[in-house]
Amino acid sequence: MLEIRDLHASINGNEILRGVNLRVNAGEVHAIMGPNGSGKSTLAAVLAGRDVYSVSRGTVTYEGKDLLEMDPEERARGGVFLAFQYPVEIPGVTNSYFLKTALNAIRKHRGLEELDAVDFLKLIRERMRLVDMEESFLHRPVNEGFSGGEKKRNEIFHMAVLEPKLAILDETDSGLDIDALRIVADGVNKLRRKDNATIVVTHYQRLLNYIIPDFVHVLVDGQVMRSGGKELALELEEKGYDWVKETPENVTT
Amino acid sequence: MTTEPNTIEDLANREYKWGFVSDVESESAPKGLGEATIRYISARKNEPEWLLEWRLKSYRHWLQMTEPTWANVRYPKVDYQDIIYYSAPKKKPGLKSLSEVDPELLRTYEKLGIPLREQEMLAGVAVDAVFDSVSVATTYKGKLKELGIIFCSFSEAVQEHPELVRKYLGSVVPPNDNFFAALNSAVFSDGSFCYIPKGVRCPMELSTYFRINAANTGQFERTLIVAEEGAYVSYLEGCTAPMRDTNQLHAAVVELVAVGDNASIKYSTVQNWYPGDKEGRGGIYNFVTKRGKCIGRNTRISWTQVETGSAITWKYPSVILQGDNAVGEFYSVAVVNNHQQADTGTKMIHIGKNTRSTIVSKGISAGFGQNSYRGQVSIKKGATNARNFSQCDSLLLGDTCGAHTFPYIEVRNTTSKVEHEASTSKIGEDQIFYCKQRGLAAEDAVNMIVNGFCREVFRELPMEFAVEAQKLLGVSLEGSVG
Repeated sequence: MLEIRDLHASINGNEILRGVNLRVNAGEVHAIMGPNGSGKSTLAAVLAGRDVYSVSRGTVTYEGKDLLEMDPEERARGGVFLAFQYPVEIPGVTNSYFLKTALNAIRKHRGLEELDAVDFLKLIRERMRLVDMEESFLHRPVNEGFSGGEKKRNEIFHMAVLEPKLAILDETDSGLDIDALRIVADGVNKLRRKDNATIVVTHYQRLLNYIIPDFVHVLVDGQVMRSGGKELALELEEKGYDWVKETPENVTT
Repeated sequence: MTTEPNTIEDLANREYKWGFVSDVESESAPKGLGEATIRYISARKNEPEWLLEWRLKSYRHWLQMTEPTWANVRYPKVDYQDIIYYSAPKKKPGLKSLSEVDPELLRTYEKLGIPLREQEMLAGVAVDAVFDSVSVATTYKGKLKELGIIFCSFSEAVQEHPELVRKYLGSVVPPNDNFFAALNSAVFSDGSFCYIPKGVRCPMELSTYFRINAANTGQFERTLIVAEEGAYVSYLEGCTAPMRDTNQLHAAVVELVAVGDNASIKYSTVQNWYPGDKEGRGGIYNFVTKRGKCIGRNTRISWTQVETGSAITWKYPSVILQGDNAVGEFYSVAVVNNHQQADTGTKMIHIGKNTRSTIVSKGISAGFGQNSYRGQVSIKKGATNARNFSQCDSLLLGDTCGAHTFPYIEVRNTTSKVEHEASTSKIGEDQIFYCKQRGLAAEDAVNMIVNGFCREVFRELPMEFAVEAQKLLGVSLEGSVG
């Protein structure tokens, strides 16, 4: 589904990603871990198309297409979803209106009929249950006045409605208490299917107790230093990131 | 995000869609302003002597006045002798129905998207359409008449209801109020008159579409709305004007009078006149005086405006809160683009006890536009427990435009409470990226963000107007779900 080869990216002349290699197949959950400043969020942003980052080398192929050539909205319509680390507020625009517009833009792109108000409401009510959301969330402006935890849940709610093929969760666990973490993880797990894939970017192993990854990659200084199964996360938790730095392996899956 | 400035620019640079000139033979007064012009207008309209005198008195006031320069707008000096003060479409005598109206005129309305007959049937809106200076069609009159509601052109009101016109004309905006009001009082051509008798709730939105057409014709509308005890009316005013090279002056006066206790008037405007071209050539000068007076107890006057057009806007729809417990409201969206300039706001004058006012102003600036909010809240000595809440928000698209806020607050009663909030923000790249990441095109993202910014004002508009307002901002319908 996704193949990243020798990806180099920089911001304001500072190279953050220095040759990332990663391959993600449908049905898989990949966790990307790493210390602060290792480039995890940069990788997520580059995949979503944030153009403050410039790519100097490497390729990203998504479903056989050159992802880097696509505009952010084309990527989104093509099934790439980013759950933001810091979800953005849009005052005055209700969550439901925002989602309806987004969903219909995506459906239109895929040659599907746009949903009318009734069908849409039916759909979102059903998806709301996945993240244990109250109806009032629909009528509130997008992320405005939401608590940190509510914002993160809202991201997963967006994901549940838009049904991406490739979901990238950027530090979705940060700032969540244990109950919210469980709700978010439950939502992600319920959305797991054979034909979609998830990349979980996280700092801590904690989230991976709830979302069990198929693969764990450790990103250090802009490179994947080590890859392994879910047990790698536990090992990391125990030994710390320095351990990876000292014994680099630079493996790709 | 290299594409964003382009998108915003594209949005800002869309051509004015309604720029066309209708070919209707018109009958005009000679250029220039003097007592002779005023006598010509008055005679053409077959006006009573008192009204001619009123006009002449206004003219003499005007001669002594100077054009105001305090507004935050720049424009070349207007030559008041180079304006045609009266122009009426030639009409065949005795029009009985729309079918007798000049087909060219009807086509013009159709281009504007207001086919009268369709509106009659579909919207339930009585339309008193002003084409240049004379009303050509008034609809739903019969139905309104049954309720005792008078809704007609100003000229007709002068003929049919002179006692009402005489009683209320100039009672809220006196002829010597300001330079432009004095000018209007001297030369006003036509407009609308509306009278809602005691206890009547007007069952439909009353609506007038204004349109400036004949070249170099200043338009001087006069609107007077009177609501008696317990009466309610919602009035809509919508405007588009054809494309022109030379600047056109528009100096209207609107007076609202909530006379009896519990009277309520809601006045909504969507103004979309020609704003000038991208270099700032042409466009309408919109120098308008709008004011309402809450005379009775528990009266309410509410102004809602969406100002997207005109090269220059000078406009302060205000409320004099005289009766106890009176309520004044002002909800405004003002958009400036290219070289447009707007200096707009309101005045809330609290005289009665427990009077309340709310001001919500949303200014959007793009291109080289300059947008100023200017508002006055005045709490007089007797206004015990008066309350005001003002909120002025500015949104900037790009970095060559400007937003300014000039609040004036004057409090002479210690029991009153006045709140003022203001904010200025720029459309954020992160907001646009967030929308794009969810699948929205950049333009739709901007529309959505702008629309969200204006939401508090749009929800005050009657439904059919809200749609038009949102179209004007190039946004899709907000809140259709939930």
